[in-house]
Amino acid sequence: MTANSVTRGRDIVGLELPSFTAVAERGQLRFFAKAIGQDNPIYWDLDSALAAGYTDLPVPPTFLFSLELGRPDPYRVLRELDIDMRQVLHGEQGFTYDRTAVAGEELLFCPRMTDYYEKRDGALRFLIRETEVTSDGAPIARLRNVIVVRELELA
Amino acid sequence: MSTMPAVGESLPPLSLPPISRTTLALFAGASGDHNPIHIDLDVARSAGLDDVFCHGMLSMAYLGRLLTNWLPQSHLRSWSVRFVSITPIHGEPTCTGRVTAIEDLEGLPVASVELEVVLADGTRTLAGVATVSLGELQ
Repeated sequence: MTANSVTRGRDIVGLELPSFTAVAERGQLRFFAKAIGQDNPIYWDLDSALAAGYTDLPVPPTFLFSLELGRPDPYRVLRELDIDMRQVLHGEQGFTYDRTAVAGEELLFCPRMTDYYEKRDGALRFLIRETEVTSDGAPIARLRNVIVVRELELA
Repeated sequence: MSTMPAVGESLPPLSLPPISRTTLALFAGASGDHNPIHIDLDVARSAGLDDVFCHGMLSMAYLGRLLTNWLPQSHLRSWSVRFVSITPIHGEPTCTGRVTAIEDLEGLPVASVELEVVLADGTRTLAGVATVSLGELQ
């Protein structure tokens, strides 16, 4: 069983997931700012953002992860590995930026599964995804995501 | 204007009120993370949990606020966090950061900042590190 899950897990390493474009809309960024209690107006007030030198509302540091959640068929890898969403924990998240994206900009996301490993005889499984984000061919950011899959008694 | 930080300096901490169910519902919609384990008690119980728990990315967004309160976002080169324990509903996070090193990178000063989120009961929930450009600061 464990050997089998390792084999199936390792099979996804290198898998390129479908690329997709996403746009951070002003309204969504304002909603996000409200949800996290953001009190700096450059993240929700266009005039403040323009006065700070941005061409539109800046996309805040973690929001690229939200845009990536909009990828097509987001649970495909989990489904292929027979993983229930309830087993999934977010293990690590990283961002490297080339520049700050802004609202309205069309961003291209290219995600790829880059690693898989297990701990405690498969009781914990780790899936690593890395995503390049570009705008008109120019680099914007890279994201690194680690999810942890635990064994659970599911009802 | 911001002044050049020194090694050992702490960022102004960011303390949040206890995280409510309303905040989780809003964050689910605003962040696009619709995993019901954070917003639906029935689903949480079906996974053997007593209650829903907070999105890890909500705490990371709070850490993002800590960083951009300190310096403009364009200074943030890279960062990553580990979600070391779950934040329970009503958890009361405080975000902190400390400059651990300043090095020259291609002629520009770059700071390493150690990041942490700790709940009121002392539980450490997130641990991370950021690389922050100090160029253009006096």
